[in-house]
Amino acid sequence: MPERARVLENPAEQFTEAMLIRRIVAGEHDLFYELIRPYERRIYGAAFAILRNEADAEDVAQEAVLKAFKHIRQFRAESRFSTWLIQITVNEARMRRRKAHANIMEPIADRLDDAGEYIPRDFADWREIPSETLERNEIRQKLAEALAELGQIYREVFVLRDMQHLSIEETAKALGISTASVKTRLLRARLMLRDLLAPGLGGPWSSRLSFEKGTKPW
Amino acid sequence: MVVNCEQVWREVSNYLDGELEPALRLAVEEHIRGCKRCAAVIDGTRNVIQLYSDDRMLEVPFGYSQRLHRRIDESMPSTRRGFLGWMAAAAAAVLVVGSIEVTRSSLFRGSPLRSPMAQSGKGVPPDLMVVVDDDGKLFHLAGCPFIRAKDPLRTIKAAEAKREGYTPCPRCLKKYLQRA
Repeated sequence: MPERARVLENPAEQFTEAMLIRRIVAGEHDLFYELIRPYERRIYGAAFAILRNEADAEDVAQEAVLKAFKHIRQFRAESRFSTWLIQITVNEARMRRRKAHANIMEPIADRLDDAGEYIPRDFADWREIPSETLERNEIRQKLAEALAELGQIYREVFVLRDMQHLSIEETAKALGISTASVKTRLLRARLMLRDLLAPGLGGPWSSRLSFEKGTKPW
Repeated sequence: MVVNCEQVWREVSNYLDGELEPALRLAVEEHIRGCKRCAAVIDGTRNVIQLYSDDRMLEVPFGYSQRLHRRIDESMPSTRRGFLGWMAAAAAAVLVVGSIEVTRSSLFRGSPLRSPMAQSGKGVPPDLMVVVDDDGKLFHLAGCPFIRAKDPLRTIKAAEAKREGYTPCPRCLKKYLQRA
């Protein structure tokens, strides 16, 4: 999908990034700020998807960046720097979560993994909600709440793939799971979110929105 | 190829991600043309993906980037850290001086000299008893016509008046200023 074409996917930018990394390794440490700048938000987003707590997510994002700086010599160019960085963040966040939840059983939804198929519950058609409505805090809040309701394994995949725009392969690598698992979990995450949001998107939210009811663009 | 509803649901993600083989893709499209329920599932899911993929959904706490950079600064052995370290040291020095000044001002109710433009005088006997008022800037000999009688007055030693930032009255104590 064209939307998936993100920062540094074009060769010129990759070249720039590779140059930056070489210069940082050679001792120009100040360039590290330039290197991570495009990914700062994504690092936080990945940590938050796992920890669901702002303070912990920010702390883990900082730890991940410091770790990336410390180990930048170990970065191998066969993967994208962003994927490597997200992978470090995911590992840090999972470690933090394990420590925090050492004595707490995970929700059943998190342990079901990929068994069984997810059947959509809501078949009502709703009017398309345009992206402009995201200007409204209440809509963003509702979307965030729905995302928080997903089980951990689904939320991780959805955030990396649909919010951070990693490819299926990059998501699999970052999470340490197979591409088949990524696809299964992604499908469920998307369908579950749709079901969770359907009552609002199809009813009360739409009725208060100012856009015209009309033909969908697809 | 013909697909049923369950098969369509199974392929929603792959269909929206453009990862279906052409034959299966055509079959799904053919199905949703005649199935409102499946069309609703696909349209709604597409809408969900579009909404969440918006950058506005990825909010970071206020000041996040600055705090992140500061954390890197603290741990980075670079010239930038040195520079920022010096900046931090300078800022700390300003704070220390500032706090001293605040302490002084709270004790002496102002700058070391209550009137920065005034002369501090020379040769005033430290034990000379003088009169000051709390809101004034000068110390006077008793009976000086320039004492502001409406203000609360205190009679103290000249040395103490000088420590509090008062300066000699240019009329009644003129001789000490002429020597300055």
